[in-house]
Amino acid sequence: MKRPPLTDAADPFTSSNLQRRKKLARLWQIVFQASTIIGIIALSALLYNIINQSFGYVAIENTIDPQSLAVDGVPLEQLGKEELVFILEENVSKGKFRQLGREKPFEERSQEEIYSLVIDEVVEPQIVKTWLLSESLTQREQIQAEMAEKYPQAELVFRSWVNRNFITSPQSSEPLFAGIRTAILGSLWTIAITILFAFPLAVGAAIYLEEYARDNWFNRLIQTNINNLAGVPSIIYGMLGLAMFVRLLEPLTSGSVFGLVDPTTANGRTILSAGLTLMLLVLPLVIINAQEAIRAVPNSLRQASLGIGATKWQTIWAHVLPNAIPGILTGTILAISRAIGETAPLVVVGASTFITFDPSSPFSKFTTLPIQIYQWTARPQDEFRNIAGAAILVLLFLLLTLNAGAILLRNRYGRSYQ
Amino acid sequence: MTTFNRQAVNTEIPANPENPEVYAMETNGLNVYYGDFLAVRDINLNIQRQRITAIIGPSGCGKSTVLRAFNRMNELVPTARATGQVLLHGKNIYDADVDPVQVRKRVGMVFQKPNPFPKSIYENIAWGAKINGFRGGKGDLDDLVESALKGAALWDEVNDKLDQSGLSLSGGQQQRLCIARTIAIKPDIILMDEPCSALDPIATLKIEQLMAILSYEYTIIIVTHNMQQAARVSDFTAFFSMDEDRAGTLMEFGETSKIFTNPTQKTTEDYITGRFG
Repeated sequence: MKRPPLTDAADPFTSSNLQRRKKLARLWQIVFQASTIIGIIALSALLYNIINQSFGYVAIENTIDPQSLAVDGVPLEQLGKEELVFILEENVSKGKFRQLGREKPFEERSQEEIYSLVIDEVVEPQIVKTWLLSESLTQREQIQAEMAEKYPQAELVFRSWVNRNFITSPQSSEPLFAGIRTAILGSLWTIAITILFAFPLAVGAAIYLEEYARDNWFNRLIQTNINNLAGVPSIIYGMLGLAMFVRLLEPLTSGSVFGLVDPTTANGRTILSAGLTLMLLVLPLVIINAQEAIRAVPNSLRQASLGIGATKWQTIWAHVLPNAIPGILTGTILAISRAIGETAPLVVVGASTFITFDPSSPFSKFTTLPIQIYQWTARPQDEFRNIAGAAILVLLFLLLTLNAGAILLRNRYGRSYQ
Repeated sequence: MTTFNRQAVNTEIPANPENPEVYAMETNGLNVYYGDFLAVRDINLNIQRQRITAIIGPSGCGKSTVLRAFNRMNELVPTARATGQVLLHGKNIYDADVDPVQVRKRVGMVFQKPNPFPKSIYENIAWGAKINGFRGGKGDLDDLVESALKGAALWDEVNDKLDQSGLSLSGGQQQRLCIARTIAIKPDIILMDEPCSALDPIATLKIEQLMAILSYEYTIIIVTHNMQQAARVSDFTAFFSMDEDRAGTLMEFGETSKIFTNPTQKTTEDYITGRFG
């Protein structure tokens, strides 16, 4: 019996269009690589821009030369407490001196505290010019020449705008002394409240929609709404928050129903309102992610549990939720990232632009890092741009820290059902 | 290797259809619908106690649907509903005052794909007891886990690694763990939905031997695609087929030896001789 030929091609290992198919594959690969590279370039440009502004030379000019304050040749920083108090009394107005004494009696202040007071109030260093990091690194000679020519009195220092003082000081109108402690605390309080309310609400809603809700028009309507709400501009949520939390629920959000009204604020423009507004904003995001996570738990697990006489709730609590937790936490991480960077809704809800005291309860006035950055970038002076850059670095660091925490939590509770 | 002669076991219970106590479960005119589609029509089956009943038939004839109707597992499909009666201890499990959770405690189920919980071997068995209101100390629970694992012929293989994940076991061991988990809550009936279809021949043999032992104590209903398996392990065989409306119906039911050697229906003979299905 004659067998048919194995292949009718002359050469079984060449194909007429193989080269063309390979070329197409190569082309797509290049497109994908290019898009990745564009992304990396954009990210690098952003980081370069921020870091460029956060470090660099500054020319600092003192109103009074600290050397002229030296007593009998002993430099200022080595003077005793009494001598420093005396210098302070001599050089500031009587009213200012009394005010400082009222804030905290001089007897209770340490030598370092009084020394920094003397620097702030008497020496009064002021920035006359700043340079970017790129300029500081490449044009050192020109900067020094410019200094000698224009600011002979000033001292040239390389300054990292992100420093301990910057993080621990409250807001100030002087960029040299301005800090972001209030803003960091405000951001942390707001995020804490957002997550505290959003997490249980979202998980509850996701459990209902995935495990209990029947497939009818009403539940489909809810589902469609949630999906669409995730795309609503954040300013709209700000308006909703203003109407609902600041105005309508004012007794609650200002804390007056609990008798906890912050003396500095008597309205609903509090951390609680801000946190609840951001909660509304991230709720759809967390619900959708939690639903995905719950849906990804294999049905065989539910059947196994129900098959040995577990109730629906026992099945959800013991099997569905533990296996969905990693996915739910991923959604929460995304929500934190989104909420911590939100500015617009908080402006509408009424974030303070200038407060110098720390938030102490959910009923405090507040500002957050993005609000602070927004304020500073809007100022005309160059130095505010430097501290805005530094604040952005801190915000990014805070964001990464929170996310790292959530990822650790996720990996800890992450289980596999494969 | 031990082989079991099915006809030699459980002779103390007479297969007397006049005695209602011999039936663990009876169905009267059971229909199962998915939406408007009638999946299974008018099933009348009497399942004898402490015997193994096999359900065989071609794909799509409603074998699994019927099995799942026996412990109301069908209700997990939102559109599914059942009419007719499934009597357990003389009580229809579809009565309004019967809670499906309670039914599933009395009628356990082993699934096609081994599905142990992603927990430790110990917890896999202890969890079912705990949620079913197990009262007793740690020692009692330990005893329960041990007896369940022994009952599923798994104790010797896992007694030194009870704290390891149930998922670390091989497929056959996982399936026996699922059986142990089921017998730990002491059901009356164990439903098995193609329990060996994902296992290799050695693991299959072990499960089959285990079923023979379990049938001294439990009533077992097994759905299988494998006719040899049905012939090997079962005392009774129910042959299902599709009627002209694509609804599954019970074609023939009787002692396995009779069904396989001397079927009364032409379709049964065609199926078991491999002419269709």
